[in-house]
Amino acid sequence: MKEFGYQRVLDVSEAVAVLGADPDARFLGGGTNLVDLMKTGIERPGRLVDVRELPLDRVEMTPDGGLLIGATVTNSDLAAHPEVRRRYPALAQAVLAGASGQLRNMATVGGNLLQRTRCGYFTDVAGPCNKRLPGSGCPAIEGEHHNHAILGASGHCVATHPSDMGVALAAFDAVVRYETADGPGELPLADFYLPVGDTPHLETALPSGALITGVILPPAPVAAHSRYRKVRERASYAFAIGSIAAVLDVRDGVVHEVRLAFGAVASRPWRALEAERALTGGPATAEAFAAAADAELAAAEALPHNGYKVPLMRNLVVALLTELAEEAAR
Amino acid sequence: MTTTTGTTTTTGALGTARTRVEGREKVTGAARYSGDIPLPELAHGWMVLSTIARGRIRSVEADSVLAMPGVLAVLHHENAPRVNLDYMGMIGPPDPIIGVFQHDRVPFRGWPVALVVAERPEQAREAAEALVVRYDQESHDTDFFAGHPDVYTPGDSPFGAAEATKGDIEAELAASTFVVDAEYTTPEEHHNPMEPHAATARWDGGRLEVLDSNQGTSYVAGELAQIFSLDAESVRVRSEHVGGGFGSKTIGSHQVAAAMAATVLDRPVRVVMTRRQMFSTIGYRSPTAQRVRLGADASGRLRALDHRSECVTSTVHEFIERSATVARVMYDADAHHTSDRVVRLDVPTPTFMRAPGEAPGSFALECALDELAEASGIDPIALRVRNEPDRGPVSGLPFSSRNLVACYEEGARRFGWADRDPRPGLRREGRWLLGTGMAAASFHSGAGPSTAGVTAEADGTFTVRINAADIGTGARTGIALVAADALEVDPDRVRVVMADSDLGPAMIAGGSMGMRSWAWAVSIAVRELRERLALGGDIPPEGITARSDTSEAVGALSKKERHSFGAQFAEVAVDVTSGEVRVRRMLGIFAAGRIVNPLTARNQLVGGMVWGISMALHEEAVRDRASGGHVGPDLAGYHFAANADVPLIEADWVDDPDPDDPVGIKGVGEIGIVGAAAAIANAVWHATGVRHRDLPIRPDRVLSAGTNVPEPGHGG
Repeated sequence: MKEFGYQRVLDVSEAVAVLGADPDARFLGGGTNLVDLMKTGIERPGRLVDVRELPLDRVEMTPDGGLLIGATVTNSDLAAHPEVRRRYPALAQAVLAGASGQLRNMATVGGNLLQRTRCGYFTDVAGPCNKRLPGSGCPAIEGEHHNHAILGASGHCVATHPSDMGVALAAFDAVVRYETADGPGELPLADFYLPVGDTPHLETALPSGALITGVILPPAPVAAHSRYRKVRERASYAFAIGSIAAVLDVRDGVVHEVRLAFGAVASRPWRALEAERALTGGPATAEAFAAAADAELAAAEALPHNGYKVPLMRNLVVALLTELAEEAAR
Repeated sequence: MTTTTGTTTTTGALGTARTRVEGREKVTGAARYSGDIPLPELAHGWMVLSTIARGRIRSVEADSVLAMPGVLAVLHHENAPRVNLDYMGMIGPPDPIIGVFQHDRVPFRGWPVALVVAERPEQAREAAEALVVRYDQESHDTDFFAGHPDVYTPGDSPFGAAEATKGDIEAELAASTFVVDAEYTTPEEHHNPMEPHAATARWDGGRLEVLDSNQGTSYVAGELAQIFSLDAESVRVRSEHVGGGFGSKTIGSHQVAAAMAATVLDRPVRVVMTRRQMFSTIGYRSPTAQRVRLGADASGRLRALDHRSECVTSTVHEFIERSATVARVMYDADAHHTSDRVVRLDVPTPTFMRAPGEAPGSFALECALDELAEASGIDPIALRVRNEPDRGPVSGLPFSSRNLVACYEEGARRFGWADRDPRPGLRREGRWLLGTGMAAASFHSGAGPSTAGVTAEADGTFTVRINAADIGTGARTGIALVAADALEVDPDRVRVVMADSDLGPAMIAGGSMGMRSWAWAVSIAVRELRERLALGGDIPPEGITARSDTSEAVGALSKKERHSFGAQFAEVAVDVTSGEVRVRRMLGIFAAGRIVNPLTARNQLVGGMVWGISMALHEEAVRDRASGGHVGPDLAGYHFAANADVPLIEADWVDDPDPDDPVGIKGVGEIGIVGAAAAIANAVWHATGVRHRDLPIRPDRVLSAGTNVPEPGHGG
């Protein structure tokens, strides 16, 4: 593998300055994805700027009653945080559904958002991939794609985003906070990931050279009634083939508020706004849940081998919302 | 102090549970594996594999790479030393992949085309990845499917006949009361030993020395002597600790490439394979497409058994996955036909992988038996008992011992089989449908010629010298127990020296034959030693050594059907709304000869059963038709059971000493996986009412297939 420099930074402005001065540098968080990508030659940075010592490792209350999660908080610490578990349980569940204990001890919140797809063609440097080598083609469309996207994909790329954490963050309307040489900025998670279109290699709206400093969870009492469920091809240590974060507030049998986000179906955590619209103000019944899922999945475009994700997501919507509704009724 | 065995009380070491003698070294990291051993002047080689699936190498543009930091050499087909591949090895002619860099032809994607050698491994890797190799690409065919037009019947080999027939299958099927005709497939599966393949080669005083990770140093040394046209004595191979082999750690391209580079550079060279490289260079289990037809009379007795399997080999070497042979051991029928056919594709050559033949073959055969049980309404165990043969169904030979029925009985008792309602789809627990299933298992038991030396040392200890291999099985510990038992001393007084070809020839750790073969040689050497010690007198400083060679005794074994047997049971939970399948418990009862060390034997059996979970639910190497290579060939993309997938697993055994073996051993290395996938698949049917005949039973397949449960009131 390519020889690279390593530099540890201790404050945010220094981190941004170092990266800005070296176009060949990359931020290093837990390294659980970047180092793998360096081994296979997909990423070839000349310098790693280690941000783990930055003072961004806290989960704090915000003045309005939300949470600010520092970018270098590890997945393990995030999932174990009492306020996260109490007020945003789906987030803790999603994080714990991902990777392994060892990886979660290393992986950071900022890095989790920026991890790359695990599409088998993306990781094969000898072959084409529009995400890795723009314009070279997408062999997954004609090839192996049973775990590829059914929503929001394009003829240029059908890869999925692998994060579990991001799915819960999408449901909680999280906002990504970042720092650049020109000062701080914010991006709602809904705008954080770019549409695939014909530029699948452009993945986020983060300005060039920006450092993610944290994620804000806006206050939402309803978030306490949330749940995450992940389906994968083994019981642990596998990326999802379909996952869902659901938030439900039922009052007198009527859906007062609902939020749904899907994982492993698109190039980004997929907020199911159509389903939410269909459900809000209506009855909290299995039939309504199914109809809402159908409304969302009407836009699905399946390839020959990933069509099962449509009934899978429909079933997950019904199952998870039913569980939450029953819980609310107790 | 001098002592003789006569002064020691009997320990009965054989059959006592002992932790591995090298366990502490392994768990503290003190044990050095072949890629860890420091050597002065060591250079590092990195393999470059082809990126096309068929064609010719037009050019290897080595010059720019040779200018990179630390790079010492680039070996390729135009400059590599010539080697000899025209020989007959212990298991037949060599797979041409081991004769690296001899010509410009590329027969599959991932074929070794060059070795870049540098001072440091990182430099070698960077240079290897920068090396430009240009090809003249030709169209390839890597697509395996049932009924491929190029499938052919291979010639017979020492591993079995390609085809065996008795009686008239079609007539017996037509006359049968119950008929099953079903097709099953198993995917391409890969050994992924925890320790990757790694070899270090150097010349020392005119001898080629290789520090390696393999399943038998005699075998590897013999092959290297042939390949490099050396006297057998001019090659020494050592393999002290091995992190798993499963059939893949024999002779490979990495040892040969390392030896070539050590020759060219006249310094030690190490080649370590990456996980990704292993997917195309170390062999794998062929995918199979199998058709089983069973016909039974009203009592369930088989009138017809027809098992036809197709598999893949490469265009450069023939390896047959003998899936159909298991039926020649398991069940008799008036008409009996079994065949293994093969198609040559532009893929790497498959090889032996844990329970070769029996693992995929038992999946099809034992699922078909379950389908026959369903069709006939006969309990799956009763159906199997009804078809127990008293002689080899095809060979007509007697069994050395066959305690399969005892396995059924003990297994049924412990699993609670008698309470089972055979109807599918009746049991529900929340979102989970529950089911149970069983299957039978067999794996051949054999022994290979081995030599051993046992020394009574002057200090009262004993040293066993035998070129065995401990590939993680606990062989070193087992050999100490065998020797201690025969010597009637405490195992702590026995030291085992092994895994060095200079010790003399011995059987490899393979085919479930290692422990039986080594124990045989050790027991004979001990007998000889005890006779000499019985003469009395002091033990001289150099000790008293007795040696053995079992070649004649093993060769004199009468022809019999010699196999281990077993009964596998599984309970599963299936959520057809998500497609998830979870194994809740497994039980395997085996008749596998005398058990040397219950701790490590159980380890082998449970390990095989865990692999059976992987085979049933997870494992599948996916080949991309366009590139001819794998998609996601790493441990993120190639799934096997994680700890969370492994439930309570019990493995136990019935008394079954082999009457023709001096120690009574049969072998436990492979039988644990046999039948395990079938038991799980049969349980999935019992849970859902749907037969899943294609492995792995993936969530998308389960979800898409749903359930097939009779309406309430119409079941049964």
